Amino acid sequence: MLELNNINTFYGKVQSLWDVSLQINEGEIVALVGGNGAGKSTLLNTICRLILPASGSVTFLGRKTDGLSPHAIVELGISHVPESGRVFPELTVLENLEMGAFLSHAWKVKNETIKQVYELFPRLQERERQLARTLSGGERQMLAMGRGLMSRPKLCMFDEPSYGLAPNLVLEVFRIVRLLRDQGITILLVEQNVRHTLEVADRAYVLENGRMVLEGACCELAASDYVRKAYLGL
Amino acid sequence: MNRVALTSKKFLLPGLMIIALILLVTSPSYISAYKVMLLTSILMYIVVSVSWAIFSGPTGYISLASAAFFGVGIYTAAILGRILPLTYVIIIGGLVSVVLALIVGVITLRLKGMYFAIFTFGLVELLKHFLLWWEINITGTRGRFVISVHSETVFYVMIIIFVAVLLTAYLIKHSKYGLALQSIGEYEEAAEHIGINVTMVKIATFAISSFFIGSAGAIIATRWTYVDPYIAFNPIFSFMPVLMSIFGGLGQLFGPVLGAAFFAYLEESLITKFPYHYMLIFGIILVVAILYLPDGLIGLAKKWKKGSLSSGLVELLQKRQKGRKEV
Repeated sequence: MLELNNINTFYGKVQSLWDVSLQINEGEIVALVGGNGAGKSTLLNTICRLILPASGSVTFLGRKTDGLSPHAIVELGISHVPESGRVFPELTVLENLEMGAFLSHAWKVKNETIKQVYELFPRLQERERQLARTLSGGERQMLAMGRGLMSRPKLCMFDEPSYGLAPNLVLEVFRIVRLLRDQGITILLVEQNVRHTLEVADRAYVLENGRMVLEGACCELAASDYVRKAYLGL
Repeated sequence: MNRVALTSKKFLLPGLMIIALILLVTSPSYISAYKVMLLTSILMYIVVSVSWAIFSGPTGYISLASAAFFGVGIYTAAILGRILPLTYVIIIGGLVSVVLALIVGVITLRLKGMYFAIFTFGLVELLKHFLLWWEINITGTRGRFVISVHSETVFYVMIIIFVAVLLTAYLIKHSKYGLALQSIGEYEEAAEHIGINVTMVKIATFAISSFFIGSAGAIIATRWTYVDPYIAFNPIFSFMPVLMSIFGGLGQLFGPVLGAAFFAYLEESLITKFPYHYMLIFGIILVVAILYLPDGLIGLAKKWKKGSLSSGLVELLQKRQKGRKEV
């Protein structure tokens, strides 16, 4: 479904991604794990073309995304829920969700999509008329995820959705990720919570200092000595 | 009972607006010619302020290009006024502004904050001095005469532009583009993330809003009869809409309307009563307004509606002090 080939990305003169390749098949949950500064968010931003790669190619559903602008990527069916949510603080919960459906095809069915989002996150319906800035951290993350679903994506990229959440909410986030996959949405999950991520995902990539160092099925990775030592503290 | 109250409230505002509009349209028959001219200039300031607020209000991009659009409209009237009928002149004045706004938009809307404000202000000076150079070296004049039009005609044209700009502002605000503009103002990067075509939305809105400023310039020029680049590109038309809108309150459509009406009237009455000190008094009123009315006149009206005005003011002061401590 999504294929990255030998991506090199720079910030000015500093290279932050080195020859990164990645592949996601339809219906999978693929995890991307790695420490701070490994380049995980840079990789997501490269996919949705907020940052342009110096070389390498991104192919989505058999189509190269060269030359497309960020909104065209959303239009193709990739939704990106950025780190720490980034909801619009002075808009209401409902308005935030509506903005997620800004694209014309999603706008037509937005009321239906909002209903589905409320089924996933009943809490948001209770807070429908509240300004987003009055929400708790967990509610904001849910709003961000809900907003990401409003464009009716085929592939959803979550950037550290469990970051800073209470343990029970972390479990809730992972439950919802799995639920979304069951509804037919392919998922790229960027996480630092390696233990839970490897339980939920099908396959995982490990990114370190801008280079892919490991990839494989999650059960294999969870069993590998390297991952156990470096990421699971075992 | 409740429903009756609700529906009557729903029709109250549009009803009042229609009555106000009828009073405005028929006013030349019952007020003096001077007052009609005063109303015209109040309407002109409202048009420029509301146009400015359509784009800059929700996005927070402070545009100082209003004087450029206004001046372009004025020069359109000066150049084409003799050869084309008034309607065309006004529409062309607006369209030339739109073209200018599109060019400026493409070049500058990736600039943020202060840089955008400075660039747009630079545009006013650039156009002014370019025109000055052109007039002196190429056409060999300094100013131009504008065909004058009956002051009542100017008044009615201004009313039409006024209604058009209010309608446009209302429609944009209540469409998905209004929300999109607001999300751009709050978190431009996130707006881009979720698929809003940020650049397109910004440039289109900027261009649409400039149309009204240009056409207002084109019609008001006929009242001034003589223009030169210094008159046409007077930076006061860049700053006034900003001040008026902030004074009135940016969050609501009526904020810039109220602010512009209040300021335009104040300016006129101060000029006639205190011709030497009016700028001083004007300045003091502005400083007080910015210090104590953070949400403008509209904010004050809301506070007053909620409780008594005095308690509203006390609350405002407390809020300010609290804000200071937090800083």
